[in-house]
Parts: sequence; structure tokens; C-alpha cells
Amino acid sequence: MDSDLSPQDKKDLDKFIKFFALKTVQVIVQARLGEKVCTRSLSSPTGSDWFNLAIKDIPEVTHESKKALAGQLPGIERSMCVEISLKTSEGDSMELETWCLEMNEKCDKDIKVSYTVYNRMSLLLKSLLAITRVTPAYKLSRKQGHDYVILYRIYFGEVQLTGLGEAFQTVRVGVVGTPIGTITLSCAYRTNLAFMSTSGLKCTACKICHYMFSHFLPYPPYSPLRTAPIMGIIIDHFVERPFGNVGHMHPCNYRLVTPGEDEGAYNGVEDSQEVCTTSFSTSPPSQMGVPGKEGGVPQQVPVQPCHGAQAEHRRVSSCPPADHVPATPSSSGEDAETSSRSVGVKSGSPWGVLETTFTRKVGAFVNKPGTQVTTASLDLPFAAFAPRAYDLEENDPMVQPPESSATSSPLQGSLHSQGSGESGGPAQDDFVMVDFKPAFSKDDLLPMDLGTFYREFQNPPQLTSLTIDVSSQSMAEDLDSLPEKLAVYEKNIDEFDAFVDTLQ
Amino acid sequence: MNCRSEVLEVSVEGRQVDEAMLALLHTILLHRSTGKFHYKKEGTYSIGTVGTQDIDCDYIDFSFVRVSSDELDRVIRKAVGEFKDAMGNGTDGMGQISLEFYQKKKSRWPFSDECIPWEVWSIKVNVVNLANEQERQICREKVGEKLGEKVINIVEVINQHEYLPKMPTQSEVDNVFDTSLKDVQPYLYKITFQITDTLGTSKTTWFCAY
Repeated sequence: MDSDLSPQDKKDLDKFIKFFALKTVQVIVQARLGEKVCTRSLSSPTGSDWFNLAIKDIPEVTHESKKALAGQLPGIERSMCVEISLKTSEGDSMELETWCLEMNEKCDKDIKVSYTVYNRMSLLLKSLLAITRVTPAYKLSRKQGHDYVILYRIYFGEVQLTGLGEAFQTVRVGVVGTPIGTITLSCAYRTNLAFMSTSGLKCTACKICHYMFSHFLPYPPYSPLRTAPIMGIIIDHFVERPFGNVGHMHPCNYRLVTPGEDEGAYNGVEDSQEVCTTSFSTSPPSQMGVPGKEGGVPQQVPVQPCHGAQAEHRRVSSCPPADHVPATPSSSGEDAETSSRSVGVKSGSPWGVLETTFTRKVGAFVNKPGTQVTTASLDLPFAAFAPRAYDLEENDPMVQPPESSATSSPLQGSLHSQGSGESGGPAQDDFVMVDFKPAFSKDDLLPMDLGTFYREFQNPPQLTSLTIDVSSQSMAEDLDSLPEKLAVYEKNIDEFDAFVDTLQ
Repeated sequence: MNCRSEVLEVSVEGRQVDEAMLALLHTILLHRSTGKFHYKKEGTYSIGTVGTQDIDCDYIDFSFVRVSSDELDRVIRKAVGEFKDAMGNGTDGMGQISLEFYQKKKSRWPFSDECIPWEVWSIKVNVVNLANEQERQICREKVGEKLGEKVINIVEVINQHEYLPKMPTQSEVDNVFDTSLKDVQPYLYKITFQITDTLGTSKTTWFCAY
């Protein structure tokens, strides 16, 4: 089969299949982020937009995809699957759909790789964009938030549909024939939404059930979206939010990196941004994920790459680094479970091997520590009112962090300690400590917070010209002192005239 | 060459006509638009990038993806607006809006260029009037589901990979593609519609060539 292909065509085809798989995952996951996706059309090709489509690459998703592929390509009996599931705040989870990228043995040997296959893959990605907005999971993902979140899992190998329950529906997105087989892209989605939690047939988060129940009304027989009737849903009504302590379940605002923005938060260059012009010139060598050198977000690079057929669930629309950070040993046992799954302990890399790099951005109103300053050298407003007790700085935690002074910020200190732990690290590792630098506050000079500053200067002393002592002087005394004052002024009249001249 | 013809049917409320038509027309045009061609001296060409954006409907529980091109969107909205005006606001009626992709065949003078259609999408619209808000709410969801089915139908047809015009040379690109837009390049298309009044058998046909 492969021997009929020229080496260049084979190389191109492998590259196309690889990037097609990566872009497929990106489209699916981004469609489940819960936000509207918008990318710009560019009249001139940039050379980095595969299949002439503006599909952004979320580095974490690319990383997970490559981890699942583990250097292989989707092929015959080697399918790549993206599983989308829903997880409630109480820990109940349910698979919603499974997207399958498969290949069968039907070959099209006459097809042109560098033209037809490429264009048809582009068309298939457009179809995927359209279909991902049509399946029921899309609307659920747009409403995710406090009650539930959407997770994704990428795996390679045999397609697993048992988690979708009975009577799941399948929709075929499209096919692309190639000289080595026919690529098919399809989606199997759940129709039976009865929750089965550990406590039996109990359905949490009534909002989800109400919504999903109303959505999955029976369709006409010819409808491809026809579902089986839903039975056995027990709805619990909550008066108040039952899970106020699981703030980590809330999706964070996920910022997609676009060319030109600060890419330092994630990997600087991905090989998915290789040159991909229509002339298909050679691509730059692929680069492993490199920890970002800028930005306030830590990156973790496992020393041993993960192999195997399965990757762990990743939470869609999350702050990716949060998933890699070990959970606080809080009262919720689920936190630890989530963290242990998300950290990828199964990869075999112990915590101690994980390396973390972090660089803190200096924000506004932040005075860089370590500089010796005095009130006399600074032109500060109200400097005359500043207390001169500089020795207070030594005892002020805002100025001197509790950690060793070897670290330039308390945050770096906590992150280093995180990397050395086995099972999670100290409690403050989960909290990003931000040195609050309010306006008018310089902690190395005036050791006070905004509240203290406000209280101190709320009642300033009166002006001397308005004091009672001055006003108590009698008019007669003023008149008596006038001649004397006039004599002094006449003596210095030249000086006054020179002053007036400078004003003109 | 035989022209491929596909027919889609939807029943909508009057205020849903715009969004339903936009959803289906944009879904088709998403698949029938490429990036801008840039021809090079050695005979090769490069293709620009097509961006996409999600659009949420206001009167239908539905979201769709369209090409990120305000120019193209304006053209389609104008056509749909004229179609809706022709249908009449809030009245029952039937209409059909057609999106036709064609190729130009140059003819010698004095004959005008020939337009040869190669794919026609016809969307038959049945406008209904609803009595109360509850019915409207049900209609929102039902029409959303129906549009989802139509999107699946569109994708099924397009991925059958039947006839597509050959990629043209630089001199012939205007015979195959609409090169008037700045950011994207759809295949040459035209939108036409016809209205059938339920009160009578009269038909009115407008041609909107773009």
C-alpha cells in the first residue's frame, strides 16, 4: 500500500494526518470551552495556519494530544478519540460524547496528496466546526459553571463507547480518502441522561436535569437526533449552593494565545505552528514544550514523557496550570483526587522530578524590593508627615516576607517548596500570594496599608495661619509693627523689584 | 455537467426567518469559501486563512459558525432581509431562498458570459403564526433542533466530495471565485428567492445576483 506512494507524498501525508489530528482535537475542545470562538480571516497566508483555517492552538491541548499519540499516527485499528464528559460539583460524572478519528482500509490510490487530500481535510475541519455546535453537549458546555464542568480526555487505540449508555446516537462528520486508507470522523453522543451516582439513582444539580430533559424530547423517527425517552431521573432541589468550597470547579477565564500577544505564559513555539503553505515547504524541527520564561503562570515539564494509550481527564476551560498544581489538603476529598489525576502521576514521574519555572510580573504601584531609600531622597507627597520609624520595616511582614531573603518574592519561595514535595506540598502552595501594593503606599518607606494611611491623614493638623494664637493678636499691635515692617521692605526694595522682573 | 441540487425545508415563526436563513446559508458558505488566492510568478499560488466565529441566535435556541468576513455577512444579511420583507412580517406564507454556485464561461462578443450552475441549495421556508408565548418557547427549541438536523444534512452532502470546479489559473480565477471580498473568497454564487402567497397561487420571483 505504502510502496505506491512516493517518499515525498508519504512524508506529506503523514504530516497532514498528524496535524489534522491535532487540529481536530483543538476544534472539539475549544467548542466545549463554554465560550464563543472567534478567529480572524487573513487575506495573506501566514504560513502557520494549517489547512488555511484559523484554528488557534491551546498549548495544553496540543500537549495532551501529543501525549496520547505518543509519536504514532491515527491509522487502521489505531483510532484517536476525544471523550467529552460532564462532572457535577458533587463528583458525579457522565460521558456525553466521543469523537472518533479513525481510518479504514479503503484506499484511494489516485488521489493527489498535496492538493486533494489537503483540501478535503480542510473541508472536514470546517464540517467539524459546524457539527460541534449542533450536538447536545455544545449547549451544556455553554452553560457550564457553578453546577458542573465539562472535561475532555484524549486516548488512542480502540474506541470506547460503553460509557455513553444505551441507545447512543452517531453522526458522521465526513470522510477523506487517502492512498493509505480512508479517514473518517464521527461523533457518538449520549441520549440517556439518567445519572447514576454512588448513592444510587440520584440526580444532582437540578438545573442540568431540567435543561437536558427538555432538550432530549423524542424526535421524529427520521431525525438523526432522535433519542430514547428519559426515565428514572430523580431531581433534588437545592435551596442554596451545596458546594461553596469547591471554587476550583469554576471555569477560569481562559485566554487563548494569539500571535503577537504575550505567548510567554505557555510554550513559546509549538511544532503545530510549522510552516504550512500551499507549496508545503519543509517545516522547522519540532520543539518540545519549553517552560514559559515570562508571565505569571507556572509551567511543569515532566522529565519522563507519558506513554500509553490513555491520558487523564483534563478540565475544559480551566486554568491549565491549576490542574497541574497539587490541591490543598482541604476538607473536600475530591480536590486531592482531582489533583492526583490531573498531575499525571501515572506517568511515573514523582513529584520531586517535576520542575517548575516561574517568573513574576511586576505590576503597577509595585516598588521593587531591595532598593535603599529614605524619605529625604524621595519626592513623596505628604513626606513631612511620614513617620520616621524605619526600624518598623524590619518587623513588617509586607516588607520582609516570612521566607528566606534568598528568594526575591514569597511566591517563588512557595513554588520551590511545591516541587520538592511528594504528595501535595504545604497549604499555601495552592494560593497565589499577591503583594498588595495600593496607591500611595510604599512599603519600604511608609509601612502602612491603605486603611492606615487613610486614618492617619484623615485629620491633618491645622495650618499655622489659622491657629488661635495668631488670631489673638490685637489690631493695635499690628498697626504698631507696620512702620518697622515698611522700613525693612524699603531697605530691600531692589530685591523685590528684581523678583517682579523675573515674573514678567 | 449535471448541477447538484439539494432542498432543505424548515418551518419557522416570522421573527425566526432571518436567523434560520442566515444559519443555513452561512453553514453552506463556510464550506464553499476559501482564503484569498495569491498567485506567484512560477505558477503556484498560496491561499489566505479563513477565520470563523460563533453566532448565537436570539429567537432560536441555536448557534452556528460562519466565516469571519463582515463583507460576506453584509451581503447575506441583505439578501435575507429582502427575502423576509418579501415574505411579509408576521403573516403566514411560504417561500424559497436559493443559493446557487456557478461558473462563468466566457463567450465571444456579442454574447454575454454564460453562468453554469454546479450546485444549488434551495431552502423552503414555511412561516407560521403562533398564538401564545408558550408555543413560541417550544418553537424556539424545535426550530433549533431542526436547524441542527439541517446542518448535519448539509455536512453529509458536502462531504460526499462530488463535483467541484478545478482550481483556476490567475486569468480565470474570476470565472470560478468571487474575488470582490477583501478577506475571503467564496465560489461564485447568487441568491434568488420566490414567494408563494397562501391566499392565492401567484408567485413572485426576485433575482439578487451577487
